[in-house]
Parts: sequence; C-alpha cells; structure tokens
Amino acid sequence: MKSLSELEKIRQQTLERINLRREDRSDEVRIVVGMATCGIAAGARPVMMAFMTECALRKLSHVTVSQTGCIGMCRFEPMADVFIPGQEKVTYVNLDEDKARRIVTDHIVNGNPVTEYIITSQLGSAGKE
Amino acid sequence: MREISLHLLDLVQNSVTAGARLIEVSLVRETGGLLKMVILDDGRGMDKATLEAALSPFGTSRTTRKLGFGIPLTREQALRTGGSLTLESTPGKGTRLEAVFDTTHIDCPPLGSLADTLAGLVLANPDTPDFSLCLASDRGQEELDTRLLKQTLDPVPVNTPEVALWLRGKLEEMTENCFGGIA
Repeated sequence: MKSLSELEKIRQQTLERINLRREDRSDEVRIVVGMATCGIAAGARPVMMAFMTECALRKLSHVTVSQTGCIGMCRFEPMADVFIPGQEKVTYVNLDEDKARRIVTDHIVNGNPVTEYIITSQLGSAGKE
Repeated sequence: MREISLHLLDLVQNSVTAGARLIEVSLVRETGGLLKMVILDDGRGMDKATLEAALSPFGTSRTTRKLGFGIPLTREQALRTGGSLTLESTPGKGTRLEAVFDTTHIDCPPLGSLADTLAGLVLANPDTPDFSLCLASDRGQEELDTRLLKQTLDPVPVNTPEVALWLRGKLEEMTENCFGGIA
C-alpha cells in the first residue's frame, strides 16, 4: 500500500537535489505534448506517459513534460515539441510510445534529434490528407 | 475515443483551460453497473450561449478550427449506452459536468487506464490546478488530494521523477482496488 510516509521519505531523499535545481534552472528542457481531443483520440496519452515514465526512470529532473491544446495540425497527432535552451524548437509528429522513448534517449539525453520523426521530414509523405 | 478514461482526460483538460484552481473528479460505479463521472471545477465558467455551443460539435473556444468535438463525443458515447451527460455552469464560479454510462451495455467502452489519465493530468499540471480525486464502487472508496501531496512534499515538486513513479503506482493501486477486473 502506497502511503504518505513513503512520500515523506522521497521528499527527504530528493530535497537536496531539488534545492540545487531551484538555484539553477538554465538547463531546463521542456517536452510539450498536444493533448486536445484530436491528440487524445490519436493516442497522445500513452505518448505522454512514455515521455514521463522514461524521464522518471532515468531521473531526468531537468525535464518537464506538459500539455498543450490543438495547434491545428490534427492529422499529425500525436505531436510533441521539445524545447532545449539555446536550441531551436523541434516538433515531432505521428508519435507512439517507442518513438517517445527514443526521443528521450537520443535527443534529450544524447543530444541527437531523431530526424525521421521531425515534422519537416514527414510533410509530403505521412501527413497527406 | 476507445476508453471512458480518455473522455475523462479530454474533459478535465477543459477545466484546466478554464483556469480552474481546483478540479474535483469523482467516478462512482454503482452496484447495477451504472458509472457516474463528475467533473467539478472552479474555473471561469460559461454563460448560457457558450454552454449551448459547448454541447454542439460546431461550437468551440479554440481559434485554430471551427469544430470542437470533445463534449459532444462524450455525450454521444454516454447516450449510446443509455446514459446521459449534463453540463451546468455559472460564469465566474465554475462548471460541473456529469456523465453517466451503463457499463453493462454492449456499446459501453472499457474504463481504460484511469491511472495513466489521472497521473498524466496531475504530473502535467504540477502547480495549478489542484486535483481532488474520488473513486468508489461497491468494493470500497479511494481518495487522493494533490493539496495534501504538495503539503507533504513541499518544496519538492510533484513532477520530480521519484514522486512521479510513486504517484503512478498509487493511482494504479487505487484504480485496482475500486475497479480492477470489472471495467
């Protein structure tokens, strides 16, 4: 049974790291997943959970996963934007759980964007209506 | 939408967008098989015209398209099972949405991964709004309030990796206790 006392223990274990992070947030990476009706129907929830779980398992405290609404390109859903400080925004399209995990390892951890999942490489092929 | 919990995710998203500070979600499965889902928020609310537009697929608040299918999809789904959807709102006070599904009806989709839906909502909105969750069936009742979690964790954020994994496990346990094996 998961209890609040477990949470208190987690608090003590992570407090030091969190305080250090609060002083310096310059390396903050953001993953924003499209979660409007179109995104959810296309499978955005497992994609978001894959991002969250992969980042959690790898203890990536500098990465936040958040949601946004519909940006009007519903045929490309599930989509996600990756923001890394000092770099151009990268928009990934037609995602699934495996692709999400690969984006975390290749792009966020190792710094190599996964070119074949980026929107510009898919315009003209998978994105045709 | 293949799961009731995906409808829930979509609808709660509306409350987040409405600027709610607290969103109360309750899912109650009654003995006869009726599943009642209530989402109550203290967001900006809607006037009568907006409320009507929200129930129509041709009304939406977004600016990118002229269609908004969220609430109409859920309503159609609920009606297909012989259930209902009611939407009440007061501008400046908040909105209450109640959807009833008959889980014994052949057209009722499965509940799906409620733990993923709820964990996703809480973790993607680590500051505001707060969530008060209540799950109940004839097996028992489970509650979780993010205000209490944040109080316990302060100043560690809810979306810290270790907390995220704990929360996911906790929600899975709660769902299993209330609805495991029946929906």
